Amino acid sequence: MAELSLLKTRGLSRHFGGLKAVDDVDFDLGQGEIRAIIGPNGAGKSTFVSLLSGRYKASAGTVEFLGQDVSSLPAFRRVRLGIAYTFQITNIYTAMTVLENVSVAAQSRLKPNIFGHRHVTEATIEEEAAKAAATLGLGDMLDVVAGTLAYGHQRLLEVAMGLALEPKLLILDEPTQGLSDSEIENFKDVVRKINETATVLLIEHNMDVVMSLAERITVLDRGQILAEGTPAEISDNRAVQAAYLGEAAE
Amino acid sequence: MDIAPYLLLATLEGLVQASVLTLTALGLSVVFGTMRVVNVAHGEFFMLGAVGAWVCAMLMPGPPWLGFVTALIVAPAIVGLLAAAADWAILKRIDYDPEATIISTIGLMYIIQQVVLMTFGPNAQAVDAPFYYTIRFPWFGYSSYKLFIVVAAIVLVFALWRLMKGSRVGLLMRATQYDKDTAQNFGIPVDRVYSGVFAVGAMMAAIAGVLVVPNQQAHYLMGHDPLLLSFVVVIVGGLGSIPGTIAAAVLIGLSDGLLSVFFTPTLAKIASTLLVALVLVFKPEGLFGKATR
Amino acid sequence: MTNDRKLLLLCLGVLAILFALQFVLSSYLVLALTRILILSVFAMGYNILMGYTGLLSLGHAMFFAAGLYASGLASYYWGVPLGWAFLIGIAGSAVVSVIIGLLALRTEAVAFMIVTLMFSQAAFLATLHFSKITGGDQGLTLPTEARSFDLFGLVLDMTHDGTRFNIAFTVFAVVLLLTYVATRGPFGRQLVAVRGNPGRTEMLGFNIYIVKLMAFTLSGTIAGTAGALYGLMFGYIGSSFADFQNSIQPLLFTLVGGPGTLLGPLLGTALMTMLIDRLSGLTTAYLIVVGVLLIVMTLWAPKGILGTIRDKWARWLN
Repeated sequence: MAELSLLKTRGLSRHFGGLKAVDDVDFDLGQGEIRAIIGPNGAGKSTFVSLLSGRYKASAGTVEFLGQDVSSLPAFRRVRLGIAYTFQITNIYTAMTVLENVSVAAQSRLKPNIFGHRHVTEATIEEEAAKAAATLGLGDMLDVVAGTLAYGHQRLLEVAMGLALEPKLLILDEPTQGLSDSEIENFKDVVRKINETATVLLIEHNMDVVMSLAERITVLDRGQILAEGTPAEISDNRAVQAAYLGEAAE
Repeated sequence: MDIAPYLLLATLEGLVQASVLTLTALGLSVVFGTMRVVNVAHGEFFMLGAVGAWVCAMLMPGPPWLGFVTALIVAPAIVGLLAAAADWAILKRIDYDPEATIISTIGLMYIIQQVVLMTFGPNAQAVDAPFYYTIRFPWFGYSSYKLFIVVAAIVLVFALWRLMKGSRVGLLMRATQYDKDTAQNFGIPVDRVYSGVFAVGAMMAAIAGVLVVPNQQAHYLMGHDPLLLSFVVVIVGGLGSIPGTIAAAVLIGLSDGLLSVFFTPTLAKIASTLLVALVLVFKPEGLFGKATR
Repeated sequence: MTNDRKLLLLCLGVLAILFALQFVLSSYLVLALTRILILSVFAMGYNILMGYTGLLSLGHAMFFAAGLYASGLASYYWGVPLGWAFLIGIAGSAVVSVIIGLLALRTEAVAFMIVTLMFSQAAFLATLHFSKITGGDQGLTLPTEARSFDLFGLVLDMTHDGTRFNIAFTVFAVVLLLTYVATRGPFGRQLVAVRGNPGRTEMLGFNIYIVKLMAFTLSGTIAGTAGALYGLMFGYIGSSFADFQNSIQPLLFTLVGGPGTLLGPLLGTALMTMLIDRLSGLTTAYLIVVGVLLIVMTLWAPKGILGTIRDKWARWLN
């Protein structure tokens, strides 16, 4: 596969005291992919993507995004470069309406200049925000206060905020957790639609979602990459079955 | 002229100051350590102890030591009850939200100050020491009462140490500190532990107030400096760390006498307030603290 | 009509009423209203940080005093004309705000409160320590000849009640409209986002340290503007304006009126100054009311009067 590289890590590690949550990971992600990261609980998946987004500082190693070394950049700069992160635990502005929530993200992308007038009006910001909300099916809830939304809708709002950033890479940390089956079906469509413009990196426990969405799968175990390949290759991989699938089969 | 006597005197005065400061600051530190709240009214509990000692001295007939002993029992008891009541009536209701706690204890500070002002008036009141024996050094005589303060502080700190480390009460406190919700689930009466800790913290300040009042007059605004110094000690020593608090109290108490040779009191206070601010900004774990828990 | 339009109209209505009051009220009450307007400016500055950005400072007396001393000392020692002294006061408090903000904003929550408290306490003590310059407790009274100035040929005399009121009113109106602009649109959205969820805001690509610093500087500078105005207008500067109680004052006013509402500070300041003025005539221990209200507001009405009204009936009252 000679696709263009979007993101590349070399020797990426994060230690908490003696615990090696992420241990010397070399990871490559091509542009336009939908990639899933799976692995047993405590494998370091969330820590790993937090290192990519800059929420955590790496203990060692580098992160390269579009050829630029972003290892020392703070999180907000990485977001501005195009790495968006949606939280595993719903993390929205509970006191604001849906539209106001997404508007914060839209404003971040449109960067209206307060002093120099960049010709981005409030109307434009809200229009873009409404568009992103509508994509996630929240179009008729724009004026609802986010804290009062049902859990599933809060998850969708979380993703809508990531989407409004129009990122090059959207990292979704367990996005389907707590969603109903019909919501999951809708969500799959959303991810495919997002994928038309962005690369998607997905941490997911729901194997059905993983198998139907992901082009490639990376398996993490104890902070290291255990295997990587197409869904078919991964389901056939003995080591993966032993470490993960056997366990998750329940 | 020989400098040794001056040094000895400065050290003794510093030790007395350090003792009072250790008691007061430990009260603040224990409360912060267990409950993660900052009690801005802490200085007023100190003041209530001092005023309580004066009231006891006024009301008790007989020799001064009788009033003193009564004060040593009654004042902390009343202050402890008051603190427990404040915990129940206010802090519990705002769920120990750190910011709301600061605002409401500022309120409490004003209320206590103003009530004392209304009840006892604006004048400073002196109290006799319980005993007047003077210890003779080759160069000067020194009040044995002041040395008694040092001994009393050491005893009390040791008692607190035993309480925290060696008893069931200490275990409950540590469990609550570690994880409030889990402690609750294990059947630990978190509410009562909090009330108790808040009361004990206040009582330490009150005892310090009783001890100090023969040296320093009781006055409704006297809580200000102990509060400030306690902040300095607790923050420099590392928030919630008891050994750090003691170390910082002794260091600051001892150096205070020395500093006052070079600085005016105002300048010394400017330096210490700036020290607190800068420690919090650049080294929030305190000068003696470990990095993070 | 959009929500913001409604609020703007309400503000203009309030301004019109305030302006008209000078023709109705006795000169004593006009003076009281002048004070309320200046202290409201102080509280509005405080509100930008506490109400809109969610940062609780316990040291705003420091910024008020920075404006007061920068302008007052310039006028007292160098005879700087009033207009320029006022600008020096604003600039002085802006500088102090930036420096303190750069340091204090490295901390959060309780540590932030204590850091601002301690810096402010150090500043207060400094006004005492350098009493040869500042006059310390006693303060300095500005000489009469320094109390009038010439604005494009119009002589304005600070000892005249009407002049004072109209200047205070003008500054109040400007700050109110400035606050209106700053708390809406893209800039206001940043502040409210930081208040609502700082971690999320950073992950949406905002440099929250800079956002906080802008709010802090704006807030401190407005507080300093109030200080400069107060000192020049009443011709007195003293260290009591720098003490702890003067940091609690805007907190209480904002808390009562409604943190994060545009008109809350005016309402809170008006109610509280009237109440405290009444009480201080009755008892020396009038500060007890400050204590009781701080507790009552935290316990039962943390959103203040306008905040409660906003949440129940009128969401546009932001």
